[in-house]
Amino acid sequence: MDVQIALMLAQDGIVNGAIYALMAFALVLVFSVTRVIFIPQGEFVAYAALAMAALQTGKLPPILWLLGVLAVLTLVVEAVRHARGLEVDWRSTLVWAVLLPALAAGLLAMKPEHMLLQVLAVLLLVTPMGPLVYRLAYRPLADATVLILLIVSVALHLALVGLGLYFFGAEGSRTAPFLDTRWDIGGLMVSGQSVVIVGATVVLVLAMYFFFERTIIGKALRATAINRVGARLMGIPTALSGDLSFALAALIGAVSGLLIAPVTTIYYDTGFLIGLKGFVAAIVGGMHSYPLALAGAVLVGQLESFSSFWASAFKEVIVFTMIIPVLWWRSLNTHHVEDEE
Amino acid sequence: MKPRHLVIAFIVALAAAWGLLSPFTITLLCYIGLYALVAIGLVLLTGVGGMTSFGQAAFVGLGAYATAWICSSPEAASWLGFLPKGLYPWVGLLLGLVVTALIAWGLGAITLRLSGHYLPLGTIAWGLSLYYIFGNMPALGGFTGIGGLPPLELFGFSLATPQALGPVIWAVLLLAIWALDNLLDSREGRAIRALKSGRLMAESMGVDTSRQRIKLFVVAALLAAVSGWLYAHMQRFINPTPFNLNIGIEYLFMAVVGGAGHLWGAVLGATLITLLKEELQDWLPQLLGASGNFEVIVFGLLMLLVLQRAADGLWPLLAGFTRRVLKMSPDKRTLAPAGEVRLDHHALPPKGEQVLQAQKVTKRFAGLVANNEVDMDVRAGEVHALIGPNGAGKSTFFNMISGVDDPTEGQVRLKTRDMKGKPSRAFAALGLGRTFQHVRLLGERSVLDNVALGAHQRGHKGWVASMLRLDRAEEAAVLAEAMRQIERCGLGAVADTPAASLPLGQQRIVEIARALAGQPAVLLLDEPAAGLRHLEKQHLAELLGQLREEGLAILVVEHDMEFVMNLADRITVLEFGTVIAHGSPTEVQANPRVIAAYLGGDL
Repeated sequence: MDVQIALMLAQDGIVNGAIYALMAFALVLVFSVTRVIFIPQGEFVAYAALAMAALQTGKLPPILWLLGVLAVLTLVVEAVRHARGLEVDWRSTLVWAVLLPALAAGLLAMKPEHMLLQVLAVLLLVTPMGPLVYRLAYRPLADATVLILLIVSVALHLALVGLGLYFFGAEGSRTAPFLDTRWDIGGLMVSGQSVVIVGATVVLVLAMYFFFERTIIGKALRATAINRVGARLMGIPTALSGDLSFALAALIGAVSGLLIAPVTTIYYDTGFLIGLKGFVAAIVGGMHSYPLALAGAVLVGQLESFSSFWASAFKEVIVFTMIIPVLWWRSLNTHHVEDEE
Repeated sequence: MKPRHLVIAFIVALAAAWGLLSPFTITLLCYIGLYALVAIGLVLLTGVGGMTSFGQAAFVGLGAYATAWICSSPEAASWLGFLPKGLYPWVGLLLGLVVTALIAWGLGAITLRLSGHYLPLGTIAWGLSLYYIFGNMPALGGFTGIGGLPPLELFGFSLATPQALGPVIWAVLLLAIWALDNLLDSREGRAIRALKSGRLMAESMGVDTSRQRIKLFVVAALLAAVSGWLYAHMQRFINPTPFNLNIGIEYLFMAVVGGAGHLWGAVLGATLITLLKEELQDWLPQLLGASGNFEVIVFGLLMLLVLQRAADGLWPLLAGFTRRVLKMSPDKRTLAPAGEVRLDHHALPPKGEQVLQAQKVTKRFAGLVANNEVDMDVRAGEVHALIGPNGAGKSTFFNMISGVDDPTEGQVRLKTRDMKGKPSRAFAALGLGRTFQHVRLLGERSVLDNVALGAHQRGHKGWVASMLRLDRAEEAAVLAEAMRQIERCGLGAVADTPAASLPLGQQRIVEIARALAGQPAVLLLDEPAAGLRHLEKQHLAELLGQLREEGLAILVVEHDMEFVMNLADRITVLEFGTVIAHGSPTEVQANPRVIAAYLGGDL
């Protein structure tokens, strides 16, 4: 291996690491606010990428139907709850189940040619799926143990991957790059798309930082993550924090999908592996620390990129077995039993 | 009619029908048996032990690949040349079990000390990795797999057909269910059940929860490996596909849909999912007009529905229905008379000796000093009360002297031994019994079962003895001891009642009985009188007085002043983490600082 190749691999690693970092942030966010280990996070990536690909070939993304079904089901569930005398927040329900899906459908029906409009349409299509899935799958079990919520996640993952296969078929797709230039920096070829990926990740991370540090909703989410009961007593509704964290997770997933679709061919089940690599990074951060998760993501990206050079058949094995030493290192720091709920 | 009879009827019916069934049905039954063998391991993990694994398919794969490698590779043949060919599958079984045990133990040791969700996440990574390893090793046939495996032979009979192998599969399954059912109804079984509802309580009863969890995980993995071994010799061909993560998730579905808390639920779940898969694979692609594994959509949604609507799975519904229709009475447990076996017995220290000492115990949480150089001791044959206003640091101190947490500075000594860094179970082993401020009982289990858990560390029969029913004499002694403590605490009438159905005050007394079953030298009671009625308080005071006479050292944290002042020999008062007074009830009552702390005002 010469310096040239090493630099190229490192560049690949950073680009992939950026995507894993986004995944890890979404996972840490959802887990800390709702205790849900959100295995289906990767499905949003695949959905967004494949929806974009469909749009660019002039077709209506078929998962619009899925969004429609989720929205209708949610409306039915909320109506039943209302009829039973439970309190229903109709304003947020209408935003997630009517307004955003209607906007998405309207924009998609126009078959937009401009790339930014296409991006907007895909984001509108995927983002409301987060809160809708939360309300249908997780909210009825909000008081269940982490373990049960995890099993729910896995069940949901299977269903969503199966639906992905049904809607998009088994063939993979790639989308047009956002930036089609290449730069030669001291012999190293840097593609425009990798700059877009890293740049977008940095912007998104800064936006999240601002959101959590400076806005009242962000602070409410943080409060819920630190102490769920306490936050509820302070008037922060659990349902709101659930909706918001899942919407953010879906949004981040969709952005990640749009970012990598020009670089790799995405299949209906590719998202799962991407999401799991985000998990490895999140576990490095103990499922609660954003900076450590970021470090983990960079590590996962580099490990993957270099092992694809040295032992490409065992690339996935090396990346996934990395969590074993990480967990071992974490277990060294606990000598009293952690009490679980 | 009893449940036992129904099981026997089921086995007889299966055996009688075996010769009449079509080859297709027989093959299906073989698969159901193999899947159920894996699923009972998951029932043990998920429903009973409160853990879970998505990687069981990988352990099935280990069992299958181990025997396939032994039976097919020239290297293995050159090492095993001295053995007749017919024994190779048995060497394969041994290799599979050893490798599986080692890997499961390693995975468990690393992840099971952490919170519960790290094991399942670890098994996802493990399940994925093993699939790629199987697929990328030329020695294991890569993604095409290994073919031409020999059939099993048993006493000269060839088990080449499903008709012949099926009875073996079901015999293994039924034996495993029998052994695990025995295990759950034993000293170790109580410890395993305690894992689910918080490890803190189990540790305080002397249970090494990490060890129990690892053992449970290893046993589940071994069951999966046996299933893989049988699978390899039934199919006579293997490739990585059936050991993929998706199949690992399907195994979990079987356990959860069937009923994750019930061993027979695994059999029900395996049957349902296998039949459903068969059907769905036929008509779903037709319905959707495309080919693919669309059954996962139905499985995923079914699983969601079961978890939301019937969290205990379908087995309890079926069992309840059968019980009503057949008017069955449950198998009643009769208490055997305690025989020759005696449980461990500590000699109590002489009265007046310091049993538990805290010296200059300080605990800081970041900037907050919760305990500041607290000195205190509890002596044999006395009741020492720890009082103080809310937020005085009593609970923090209680955690420090019971091994739940370590002091930042200072020393805790139990029977003159320095307990720095020791876990709660080490405190229990030295003779410390405790109750909890927020009652921690296994709500669905009987009072007797709950109290018997307290005697855990006084018995010694392990997993294997329990599975094979070699523990009955000791078990009878444990239950007799538990019953003795229950009656002593005045709970004889409710011994067989589920603990959660008792009023809170009585549940507190159950906790005391449980602590006494451990034959403690020192008893720590966290607000024992809370929620008790006047008469019950009197009984409690009498009981504690009696225990004091017997020479126990008793520490009570309590808010009920009347109760404390009438009972305690000495009182320590905490305020803002510092001891502000110490002495006899009369001295403490007259102390101006105590009055100020409780009633406010200046000194």
